[in-house]
Amino acid sequence: MSDVKKVLFGPILSNNPIALQILGICSALAVTSSLSVSLVMSIALTLVTAFSNLFIAVIRSHIPNSIRIIVQMIIIASLVIVVDQVLKAFAFEISKQLSVFVGLIITNCIVMGRAEAYAMKNGPAMSFLDGIGNGLGYSAMLIIVGFFRELLGAGKLFGVPVFETVQNGGWYQPNGLMLLPPSAFFVIGLVIWALRAYKKEQVEEPEFKIAKNSRSQEAL
Amino acid sequence: MASSNDSISKTIIVAVALCLVCSIFVAGAAVGLKPIQQENRDLDRKRNILAAAQMLQPGQNIDEVFANVEKRLVNVAEGRFATEEELAQAGITVAAYNQQAAAKDPALSVSLSGDQDPASIKRRANFATVYVVKDENADARIILPVHGYGLWSTMYGFMALEGDFSTVVGFGFYQQAETPGLGGEVDNPAWKALWEGKEVYNEQGDAVIALAKGAVDPNDPQASHKVDGLSGATLTSRGVTNLVQYWLGEDGFGPFLAKLRSEGV
Repeated sequence: MSDVKKVLFGPILSNNPIALQILGICSALAVTSSLSVSLVMSIALTLVTAFSNLFIAVIRSHIPNSIRIIVQMIIIASLVIVVDQVLKAFAFEISKQLSVFVGLIITNCIVMGRAEAYAMKNGPAMSFLDGIGNGLGYSAMLIIVGFFRELLGAGKLFGVPVFETVQNGGWYQPNGLMLLPPSAFFVIGLVIWALRAYKKEQVEEPEFKIAKNSRSQEAL
Repeated sequence: MASSNDSISKTIIVAVALCLVCSIFVAGAAVGLKPIQQENRDLDRKRNILAAAQMLQPGQNIDEVFANVEKRLVNVAEGRFATEEELAQAGITVAAYNQQAAAKDPALSVSLSGDQDPASIKRRANFATVYVVKDENADARIILPVHGYGLWSTMYGFMALEGDFSTVVGFGFYQQAETPGLGGEVDNPAWKALWEGKEVYNEQGDAVIALAKGAVDPNDPQASHKVDGLSGATLTSRGVTNLVQYWLGEDGFGPFLAKLRSEGV
């Protein structure tokens, strides 16, 4: 039981794919300008990771080592295309906003990483849970970033005004930077900082030391 | 097990079997969901047409409002509505006509080269779909499809004009893939709102509307023919200017609109 718990909830705080492993940053920047889009992207990625893990774990003992990456890619790509088609059919507006980023789940390092690192070595049930878990870790981060970006950038949450903006006669002057992708770097950075302040073991050993300032004579 | 997995025959069998299963899976999803997707696309198109004409209030049923709009075909080269005989001869019906597809069909389009093609569209369909507003109270009288190349993509949009066939009611793109945040700002509602009330034609009847570099100076005598350019998106802005001037100019809807102006719809 504790195993299940670790696999399912571990990736949210202690082994977050974005915060600790710094994977999947690209889509975390691109689709988090509003909360509803972040949520749909999170669901899409969680489903893809879970099912790709499941299918790869089912056939893992039959995958020839020489073509295993291709096999994983085919399964992931098929799932992503299906997700994209479903979104186009049932959530057209959101699929237009997500545009190319649903297709880019194929190249999302989290999906491939979990397939290679976990699903190739573990049973289908645990792999499925691992996929859900990592999807949740990704989702948690996306939703946090989406929350701050939409709230500070547009004064809204899920498109519903929370802060009345100046344009609509309210008091809140929206911060346009928050709607642009670079702002996600700041939010993700702050979240990582907070997370590592809380869980000290995530702090990395410095790879090299910064030398003391050189004296003026040496510089000459 | 491990060694037999890596034999050539096993590798090929696994690869072929996996590809078959996955292709059936993907094809099944694509074919099965196609009708719903098509419906979504049609609805989206209608929404964009009505949005350009400023006819859509939030919460209204799109199909209901769209009943006020009539789809008609225009013979672009001749500058008039297409006649029944012409359409029968070309084997097309108004309801089923798709201008985007026709522009790729050599029988239904003309090739444009060099000077004739400022909007970089390569081929122009002989017949263009226009939407005539039947509602007498609406501002917009006619909605014209325009398209042209920006920086990365062909941008497809609609421009709605008032009864003088020169004043813009609304303008917007429904399909584009310009850089998000820069050229992608063509979808920004604040920018689209700038088009409202602009005049496409000058006194000589030339389509002079263009994007300015930066903001438009309100004291400029030409201000009514200019719209703010998109900052950081010079090539997209240039593309928008070119496509609007092409489609509303002499080679596009210019003669057609001149005819409507003198003879009425």
